[in-house]
Amino acid sequence: MNFDLSEEQRMWQKTVHDFIAAEVRPHAYEVEETGELHWDAIRKMGPLGLLGLNVPEEYGGANVDAISAAIAIEEVGWGCGSTALTLAAHNGLGVTPLVQFGDAELKKKWLPRVTSGKHKLSALVMTEPQAGSDLQGGIACRAEKSGNEWVLNGAKMWCTNASIAEYIIVVVRTGPTGGSRSLSQILVPTDTPGLHIAPPEKKMGLNGSPAHAISFDHARVPLGNLVGEEGRGLQQTLSTLDGGRIAIGAISLGLAEAALEASLKYAKERKAFGHPIADFQAIQWKLADAAMEIELARNMIQRAAWLKEEGRPYSVEASMAKLYASEMAERVCYNAIQIHGGYGYSREYPVERMYRDARLMTIGEGTSEIQRMILARSLLGG
Amino acid sequence: MKIIACIKQVPDSEAKVKAENGQVTYGDAPLVINPFDEYAVEGALQQKEASGGTVTALCVGPESAKEALKHALAMGADEAILVSDAALENVDSLGAARVLAAAILKIGDADMVMFGRQTLDNGAGVTAPQTARVLGWPMLGLAGQIKVEGGSVIVERVLEEGRQIVKANLPAALSVVQSIGEPRYPSFMGIRKAAKAAIPVWSLADLAMAAPAALVTRAATMNPPARETVCEFITGESPEAIAETLAEKILAEKVL
Repeated sequence: MNFDLSEEQRMWQKTVHDFIAAEVRPHAYEVEETGELHWDAIRKMGPLGLLGLNVPEEYGGANVDAISAAIAIEEVGWGCGSTALTLAAHNGLGVTPLVQFGDAELKKKWLPRVTSGKHKLSALVMTEPQAGSDLQGGIACRAEKSGNEWVLNGAKMWCTNASIAEYIIVVVRTGPTGGSRSLSQILVPTDTPGLHIAPPEKKMGLNGSPAHAISFDHARVPLGNLVGEEGRGLQQTLSTLDGGRIAIGAISLGLAEAALEASLKYAKERKAFGHPIADFQAIQWKLADAAMEIELARNMIQRAAWLKEEGRPYSVEASMAKLYASEMAERVCYNAIQIHGGYGYSREYPVERMYRDARLMTIGEGTSEIQRMILARSLLGG
Repeated sequence: MKIIACIKQVPDSEAKVKAENGQVTYGDAPLVINPFDEYAVEGALQQKEASGGTVTALCVGPESAKEALKHALAMGADEAILVSDAALENVDSLGAARVLAAAILKIGDADMVMFGRQTLDNGAGVTAPQTARVLGWPMLGLAGQIKVEGGSVIVERVLEEGRQIVKANLPAALSVVQSIGEPRYPSFMGIRKAAKAAIPVWSLADLAMAAPAALVTRAATMNPPARETVCEFITGESPEAIAETLAEKILAEKVL
């Protein structure tokens, strides 16, 4: 057994940390307030490898191992929740299906473009106004063949990155009969006529990461834009989501670390009754619990990532890690506000933003309730 | 074009420096590549991109300095060499310059040697010219822009008084400043290469030289006297009265 990062992973962590500390973290407040990502930083992420974490080198990616990918997303989460969610959605959702299932032609056309940082990013959309976790029964958005094209019609919700993406991979119904083989993934370039992207949703937090309702009105794309196999869209999407859960866990971890850091700093500075509040046990216990829970979450996330890297089943571990890390982050951020008192509730201090950002992590890529359902199913069978 | 970038490992800029038993200590501050030397690596990589060739990162320091060399490799340097020897523990800048010069000659065929303008720890800023002097090469200090033309290098020097353009025959030594451009971040490809790299370690014996005698010795180092700060609130009946009291106190303290 060995819990040490490899030399490569350690150097990667330091590099990403230094990059995020210099280029991303100082802009987190502004990103949240303006709803605009700091694109100067995103442009620099291309050469660093952050925009192609699991993309092979021949397509311009860094192709890092799963632990390095989790480390990177954790570090971005430590710097800025919105930027981390954007990157997680891009790397984990927008790019992964193409890497895993796309044919060489699609990969060659799109991957170098979205990993370079010179253009826009990528997105995946599953959710619909009336369909969330029940993809198989719920998805109504459909694609039909017409000549050598797919014609898409229908509506989708919560497409993270839609307005800052070169393409969106859309999970649509392609089989009329229903069932587990009736869905497919189709790549739709964002300049496709008939694709309408609505203004970004007004959200509780993560306002720098745009999420949109989108709709298709006879949007036509070539048949070759099918990602993977026709009728395998459900399976492809579910396997993509397992990896996405590690990423959401990693963002949660980064947010919690940032909240603990801010709490430690404040608790040592702020005086009450003649002492720094860090001298009081009520504060110390919150700090101690936060440190312990962060340590536990990191172990869970890195182990899930390690299983993934080893090519072993990891969906249960990924679910557990995501569930624990996201609920942990909410607790740690909640307590960070308590430690900060009135200032914690002010936007002058970063912890209220982290709290709002953390709140999504118990929802996105499967709510806590869905994670528990997955875990119960694996325990009970069926 | 064969370029050597000379780097040093120094304590992080946030290190708390103090004197203990007459010695300078940095506590457990992380050790990093000297930030000024990152410009030297950046300058060297830019020249490699412009004219082709290779960049070798060279460092005199303890075994731990391999970390700083790995940073240079991750930025894009082709190879790295560490000169490390117990006899060099308290080497002064002229001694370091003699060792660097010997290593540069052992590497051989260098067209340009680049340095940062100074180090973050000692900050004397003399190692570059001293190395140039030992080698007998021209020294172009404070280079903000570098251009190689034929067998010469043209440098725009960034001086307090303005800019100065100078030209020298190659091989030459340069110190590189911030105007060269922000040092690039390491790429994942670079990190992958650096993590695997086996960095050769040369001893003084490998350089066929004895430990250079230190010309500079330091008397005992001590902490600056502790500063006592007293805060006094001046009150008075009117702003004018407060200002008058303040002025009197300032004059009494001989601040003005």
